[in-house]
Order: sequence, then structure tokens, then C-alpha cells
Amino acid sequence: MGAPVQGLATRGKESVTQVSANPKRHGRHLFSNKLFKFYFLFSILALCFVLGLVILFIGKTAMLLFGQLSPADFFFSFNWTPEEDSFGAAAFIVNTLSLTALTLLIAVPISVGMAVLCAEIAPKWMKTFIRPVLDLLVGIPSIVYGYIGLTVLLPFLRRISGESLGDGLLAAALVLALMVLPTICRISDDAIVSVPRKYRDAAYALGSTRLQVIMRVVLPAASRGIISAVILGMTRAVGETMAVVMVIGNTPQLAKTLFTPASVLTSNIVMQISNVEFDSTWNYALHMMAFLLLVISFVLILIIRVLGRKRRDAA
Amino acid sequence: MNGFASTKHTARAQRNNKIATIGFYTLGALVMLLIFWLLFTILSKGLPALRPDFLIKQPEEIDAGGGIGPVLFNSFYILFISLFISVPIGLGAGIYMAEYAPDNKFTGALRICVESLSSVPSIVFGMLGLAIFAEYFDIGLTILGGGVSLALLNLPMLARVTEEAVRAVPGEIREAGYALGMTKFHVIRTVVLPVAMSAIVTGICLVAGRAFGESAVIILTAGLSTSGEMWDFNLFSPGETLAVHLWYVQSEAIVEDARQIADKSAAVLVFVVLFINFVFRFPLWLSNRRKGH
Repeated sequence: MGAPVQGLATRGKESVTQVSANPKRHGRHLFSNKLFKFYFLFSILALCFVLGLVILFIGKTAMLLFGQLSPADFFFSFNWTPEEDSFGAAAFIVNTLSLTALTLLIAVPISVGMAVLCAEIAPKWMKTFIRPVLDLLVGIPSIVYGYIGLTVLLPFLRRISGESLGDGLLAAALVLALMVLPTICRISDDAIVSVPRKYRDAAYALGSTRLQVIMRVVLPAASRGIISAVILGMTRAVGETMAVVMVIGNTPQLAKTLFTPASVLTSNIVMQISNVEFDSTWNYALHMMAFLLLVISFVLILIIRVLGRKRRDAA
Repeated sequence: MNGFASTKHTARAQRNNKIATIGFYTLGALVMLLIFWLLFTILSKGLPALRPDFLIKQPEEIDAGGGIGPVLFNSFYILFISLFISVPIGLGAGIYMAEYAPDNKFTGALRICVESLSSVPSIVFGMLGLAIFAEYFDIGLTILGGGVSLALLNLPMLARVTEEAVRAVPGEIREAGYALGMTKFHVIRTVVLPVAMSAIVTGICLVAGRAFGESAVIILTAGLSTSGEMWDFNLFSPGETLAVHLWYVQSEAIVEDARQIADKSAAVLVFVVLFINFVFRFPLWLSNRRKGH
């Protein structure tokens, strides 16, 4: 799109040079044209610079860890007792993964179901009602989700499970599921809507019921988009901090049951980073955990890109 | 659908179809109920007990009856600083991606940068702010640090909403501008931006709402305390915001009415965020549905 427009603009510029009644004004326009082109380029480069800054600052401090600790002690040890110089992050890593998995287990069926309802089943007035209401969920700050989890969800879980505390993976996963629901739902919705109408018509012409069309034609055709939506939801779940920290219990141990008080990468960072010396192994270990979060997010984004490219090729 | 002979198989398929339809509607109704119940719980616990003086009073450490004056002020102040920094750059970046970026490898790399940046967890921006302001410049936890770190968090989202808004402007009206001999920037400024403005404003409101409620970044960069003055414009004061105050009251405060303060703070927080979103977005909600959040 850039190239032809550029061509048009240059051509326009030349013709004006000949007929322009006010050369001074025209010169000013040419100048601001150039100036702002550089400004826009500068802006996008500033974004890249910020990304570089993130990787540099976090990565540099993170790498200092392996001068003092072997990678195996960090990645494969479950013993996190910073006071005794044990910095095993395996429990946090495993907890982060299981929390994300549990979140998706709860959120994906509901979100995709809502997306199907929005895109295929509901009449128009209902769609224009459901979609904005789902947006309301996005607006609620994560700290408020955590607070509601703490004051409403935890007492509820205590009552139905008989546990004394109720903190743990299940509480965190329920809160997170609600937070990623609009993300997954919205993007799946878009993916389902963009399935060509003729696919549906062909299936109906063969005598399929609506359920059969949805399950055997529409969902498979939209599967790449839905997977992208799920992965985007994953990036949110992995990186979410304040909502999780309030309901997970903040104990550095492996979550063996749904109600074991535990800790994930993000919650452990935010609970401890303010209290540690900058030049300490403890701080380096926390930065390494942040660096891990970065790596996980980048990998997920790369997967979405690959999926997106394949989808365009297939279309 | 009934033109065919009804066999066992088709009868079952139709029955399943009916059950599934009911199931989908039930799911939708339950989720809608859950959302309204959630909003109702948050707002009803806090708003009825809310008195205007709660919004301007000082927080109390020991006695009951403290307010949220300085932290509410800090919330808006830090939000303003972050938008002041991020809106010009975010808009510029979005305009570049929509209008200038040629279709080549370099643009592809830029796009990966923007997407990666938008996937960076907010806590990592907090750590970056901590490393830059508290360690590198050694100025401690300040309003300035919080504002700048929050601005970094806003950037990728602003760039994305701007790019989408500018891309949605039809090409014909640009060409009309070029045909009149306008320069590219002149077309962007006088033709494209005015058309895209409502969508851009919507996007900025979304970002502002998110930034207003953000806590992970602020907790690490602006701290858990205020300077104790109400209208403290000093950029180097500690800048606890309302969202962080909610966390503080819930986890560390010892005042007896901590629970009520937390309820009211949560209600104010949600109310302000919804207000920011509603007022500017409502006219565009129905006509302008977009990807993402």
C-alpha cells in the first residue's frame, strides 16, 4: 500500500511546484512533510528501543545469576529458600505452567461457547448486547479481580471444599479464567465470523443441523484463529500478577493439589523484589524469573505469527 | 429440514441440535449474569457508603475513617504523565505502521517488535522502571518513575489502536487529497486523522482505563506511600495510586476499617475506569467493533 501512495504523493508534489501560487507556504508543507516522516519513523524506532531496553536491563541482570549459581540449580531445584542461598525456581515454573493449563481448561470451553453463541446462534440484538458487556470485563482492573477473589471467591471455596484457607491454584485459575474470557471470546468470535458463508451453505444443503455445521465445518475452519485466541489468552494468564498474588497463597512450594498455597513466577517476583538488595543473588534470580516470563511470552507471540501466516496462505 | 424421511439418525441429530442450542443460550445467560453480578458486587459494596470527603481526606495509618485523597490524586497525576509521554509516540508509531511502512522485511521486524512489546507482562515493565529509576538514576520510588514506566506499558497498545484506526480510513479520500497536490503529511493531518480521530480517542480511553487500574508497575516504581500532602505536584515524591492503595490496605494496613476502605476504593476504581470507557466509547460501541481488547 505504501509504494503507490508514495508515487502519487511525489507526482502531486511536482505538479504543484509548477503551479503553486504561494511558494513559501508550499515550502513549509514540503518541510513539515519531511519532518513528520522522520518523526513517525522515530516513534516506531522508539518502541523497538523500549523492547531492547527491556531485554537488555532484565537479561543483563538475569545473566549475572549464572556466575553464582549453576543453571541446573536454578531450573531443576524445587528448593527456594533465599535466606539459605537456595534459589531453585522449578516450583514456580511448574506452578506457572499448571496454573495456565488449569485456567485454559476452564476458560476455553466457556469462551469458545460464547464466541459460537455470538457469531452463529444469537439474533442480532443479542449480539450487540453480549459483545459490549464482555468488554466490561476488560475494563475491570486486575487488582479488583484479585480483591473480589479474596473477599468473595475464597470464602465460597472454603465453604464448598471444607479447606481451611482456600488459596491456591483453583482460586487463581478461576479468577484468571474470568480475566482471559473476553480476550479469547472476542478473537474466536472474529475468526468464526470470517469463515466464508459458502461453507455453511454447503453443509446445510447436505441436510446438516446447525450443531453439525458448527462442530464439523465452522469450528474446524476457524481453528487456527481460535488457537491464536487461546494463545493470546495464555500470554495474559502467564503475565498476570496482582490478581494472582491475592488468591494463590504466596508460599514457595509445588502446588500438589488444587488448594495448596503456592506461588508462580509473577507473584513471587512482586512479593520479594522490593525487599532485596540490587546486587544480590536473590535479585539476580528474580530477574532470571522475569526473563523466563519474557521468553515464554515471545515464544507464544511467535507461534501466533506462524499460525497467522499459515492461515493467510491457506485462504 | 423436514423434507427428508426422518430416520433414527436424523432424529437424533435434530434432538442434539436442540439441546445444544439451549445449552449455548444457557451458557450465555450464565456468563452475562456472572458479569452483572460481579459489577454489582463491586459497586454495591462500596458506592452506597461513599461520602465525598472520603475522596479528598488523608489516609489514616492507625485510626478508622481515613480517606483516599492523595492516592486518588496520584492516580490521575501518574495517568496524565504516562499519557503525556506515550500518546505522541504511540500515535506516531501507529501512523508510521499504517501509512509509511513499506511491505518488506524491515517492516516485518518492526511488527514483531510491537507485538513482542505488547506481550511483555506488566510486572516486567515494573522491574525495568525499578532498575532504571531506583538503581541507575538512584532517585528511589517516584511519581516520575511510575509515570514513565506506565507510559512504556501503554506504548504498544496505543500504536496498535492507532494503526487500526488509520488503516480503516478509506483509500479514496487520501487519493482525493493527493490529487489536489497535497503532501503526504498534509493529507494525514487534514484528511486521515480527522476521519480516524473518533476511533483513536476510543483507543486512548481504553489505554487510559487500563493504565488507571494498573498496579503491578506502580507498586515497583512509585511505591507504597505518598508524601502526605494533598496536591503534591512534585515529580520526585513517592506516588502510591488508588490501585496500589487497595493492595496496601488489603495486605498490610492495620486500621480497623481496612475492609470498608478497600471496598470503597475498589468501587471508585471500577467506577472511574468504566466512566472513562463509557463516556467516550459509547457512541462507537455499536458501529466500531474491533479485534482484541
